[in-house]
Amino acid sequence: MRALTHLDRLEAESIHIMRETVAEAERPVMLYSIGKDSAVMLHLAKKAFAPAPLPFPLLHVDTGWKFRAMYELRDKVAADPDIKLIVHKNSEAERLDINPFDHGARHTDMWKTEGLKQALDAHGFDAAFGGARRDEEKSRAKERIFSFRDRNHRWDPKRQRPELWALYNVMKNKGESVRVFPLSNWTELDVWQYILREKIEIVPLYFADERPVVERDGLTLLVDDERIPLNGEQPQMRRVRFRTLGCYPLTGAVESNACTVEEIVAEMLVTTTSERQGRAIDRDAGAASMEKKKQEGYF
Amino acid sequence: MNAPADVAAWLESHEQKELLRFITCGSVDDGKSTLIGRLLYDSMQIFDDQLATLEADSKRHGTQGEGIDFALLVDGLSAEREQGITIDVAYRFFASEKRKFIVADTPGHEQYTRNMVTGASTADLAVLLVDARKGVLTQTRRHSYLAQLLGIRHFVLAVTKMDLVDFDRAAFDAITADYRVFADQVGISDWIAIPVSGLSGDNIGERSERTSWYSGPTLLEQLDSVPLDANADAQKPFRLPVQWVNRPNHGFRGFAGQIASGTVVRSQDVRVLPSGRTTRIERIVTADGDLDEAVAGQSVTLTFTHEVDCSRGDVIASANAPPEVADQFEAAIVWMDEQEMIPGRGYWLKLGAQIVTATVQHPKYEINVNTLEHLAAPTLHLNSIGVATIATDREITFEPYAVSGGSPNRALGGFILIDKLTNATVAAGMLHFALRRALNIHRQPLEVSRETHATLKGQKPAVLWFTGLSGSGKSTIANIVEKKLVARGRHTFLLDGDNVRHGLNRDLGFTEADRIENMRRVGEVARLMADAGLIVLTAFISPFRAERELVRHMLPEGEFIEIFVDTPLSDAEKRDPKGLYAKARAGEIKNFTGIDSPYEVPENAEIVIDTMKLSAEQAADLIVEELLRRR
Repeated sequence: MRALTHLDRLEAESIHIMRETVAEAERPVMLYSIGKDSAVMLHLAKKAFAPAPLPFPLLHVDTGWKFRAMYELRDKVAADPDIKLIVHKNSEAERLDINPFDHGARHTDMWKTEGLKQALDAHGFDAAFGGARRDEEKSRAKERIFSFRDRNHRWDPKRQRPELWALYNVMKNKGESVRVFPLSNWTELDVWQYILREKIEIVPLYFADERPVVERDGLTLLVDDERIPLNGEQPQMRRVRFRTLGCYPLTGAVESNACTVEEIVAEMLVTTTSERQGRAIDRDAGAASMEKKKQEGYF
Repeated sequence: MNAPADVAAWLESHEQKELLRFITCGSVDDGKSTLIGRLLYDSMQIFDDQLATLEADSKRHGTQGEGIDFALLVDGLSAEREQGITIDVAYRFFASEKRKFIVADTPGHEQYTRNMVTGASTADLAVLLVDARKGVLTQTRRHSYLAQLLGIRHFVLAVTKMDLVDFDRAAFDAITADYRVFADQVGISDWIAIPVSGLSGDNIGERSERTSWYSGPTLLEQLDSVPLDANADAQKPFRLPVQWVNRPNHGFRGFAGQIASGTVVRSQDVRVLPSGRTTRIERIVTADGDLDEAVAGQSVTLTFTHEVDCSRGDVIASANAPPEVADQFEAAIVWMDEQEMIPGRGYWLKLGAQIVTATVQHPKYEINVNTLEHLAAPTLHLNSIGVATIATDREITFEPYAVSGGSPNRALGGFILIDKLTNATVAAGMLHFALRRALNIHRQPLEVSRETHATLKGQKPAVLWFTGLSGSGKSTIANIVEKKLVARGRHTFLLDGDNVRHGLNRDLGFTEADRIENMRRVGEVARLMADAGLIVLTAFISPFRAERELVRHMLPEGEFIEIFVDTPLSDAEKRDPKGLYAKARAGEIKNFTGIDSPYEVPENAEIVIDTMKLSAEQAADLIVEELLRRR
């Protein structure tokens, strides 16, 4: 029989992690952000528990500012009768009309960080799968696959549990929770190779197309709806795609002709910009920005 | 390359890559982070914007003046950047044409043995860094030993900073000769020394022109060619630890898990451990369709032709070469917690998907990782390694961790210990062998069951466990309760702390470890008496929550009734019926609960007696009433 490839091994490891979580946690949930990593994670979860349906719901912490194409894919995924999707929006942020144009970093904090905590608390979830990978960002490289959060959802990088072999300690006290990262050992290239191999559906915005854009603070933003203030600017039609997807006013597009996964990979191989650069979020507070957010409870 | 057809071919070849995990060992000064940074850089895993950040960071925090400090690529957390050291395990990824690599980057600092052991637990190979100017150091030997302890079989001695000794062959040869003596002594046979410079990249990705005297492989060539443990695992007998039972409906019952070793084929005879029952594989189920065969490393779901009991924690194994089942072992233990090991205390032990209560005895010896000497030690502290006997409260399925000449049995030989109160992972261990085979000492099946004993006495057994400070009134109340129960025709027995210490436990003192052993024995006696159908009353200070919980778990659900006799310390001290507090205050008695030894207040006691509000008589009435209500 053929030897297992690195993708086979990564897949098997992720499935092992998911099964271990479901066996030991009381109320697991999968964070679903509609991006390509979420798509891969969801695909792996279906594999892990087949022929049974997913033994946990998906949770989308919505900001109301995602790309329209993301909502379309999300609703398509949720139409599967075997999938239960919970959408949570922070009502306080909604009341205060917090938005990325007027509130900057506060937008991410209230909609995403606070919204996530609210949703986890409201449903009593004690384990939440996230699609983060260790190759994305330096502070993630040291985070465990099973990453503990105290009652206030805080991460303490100095008090992480040693993680040996494939033995995960999922024990916790009431009120504490664990974030589980089944894709920890995947790289961006692995994710794309897997999407290609498994024919996983992703948001079309990852592929290049003619789209109306404006330039803001060095980011090329898509004019996805009429909420973007134009101040007399004329959106230009350019051939662009997105390397990551988040809130559309915070996510920059890149010029590209890549219309297939193969072309995206080809572009990556000679690419000049790493994946998270299209995101304003990492730049908020300098080098330690992501680590700080994680300590505060961000995924 | 940009034509899709080329990319498709390229992707096809990259889909076939193998996966090698390795660990780098050495201290900050050996240029370890620089070496990894260089591997990432040479294999094009750094993007332009990261490079720009790197250049900026190099100027701000770097140690290379205006040059690029590759180390900054791998030093992640901001606190560490400020201190200039790496303090945890970080994982890095890069790839060659042939393999994808996962690198565990661990620090060389002495107090961080824990991190190195963590990184080594999943590694096929260890890269040991030796500064060409300093040669083989104590830490080199320590890292070699730890890597070998965790079952790593392939070693690379990377002699770094060769640029600082002008690529001098004699310096390199001297270091190689030095290491050979050590390697022979500890039995490391598969190793190779490579002269490198992380800063200028010599012999890392490309052969250096400045070491024309060196004819061996580059670091990357060695990483590409070393045999993989995964392939060795596939050659062993079949084992699959069951993680999760998949039961979507009555028509399907599958056992999900990742194959630890060997292969499984359809219609194969298998044995389920620890029960030892045999059955046959019906289907190997995956979401992509059934397989005829599956191999070590794959996550699959198995179904049986005829049902036998099988649940999470069981191991499905080759029928004619099953693993052993036992409940007493010798093991090597690496202690990883600030709080030292407490011999006799119950910890959770997790091995595969099995979670049981385990107690560790006093170490047979501790190993000095610098000299490899065996030392006598009463216990194990943070970062110490020892060999000790472990007993589990039920049989577990296991294999010896180390395999002579083969890949280690990580899945069924490696375990962690978890503190029952803090839930911290406090230790990692590797099983050596079973001290007695559980197969030979099968518990005698009792023909008169505990139910029969209880029915005959017309009562339900229970253990009324009185806990509280010395002088709180435990014995007084327990005596009254017993009288009241006897008056109602109940069969009882009272185990009193002082009385037991005069007999069964006369060999025990009052240290923390002895107190724990005291509780364990009392718990066992109480359980036997409950098995005989009695209502047992125990009156012991029993200050530690973990031991009270241990006894609770010995008994069937609901039979352990914890009664907290709650008296403030000041009041107990005022009463001082035996004059003990006075002596403790005077320093004549050591380790006295409440004075210089802690009392851990019960969190979920079934009954709490407030002695400031109730008399002993009232308290006894309340307890009897509660006991009858529970029946």
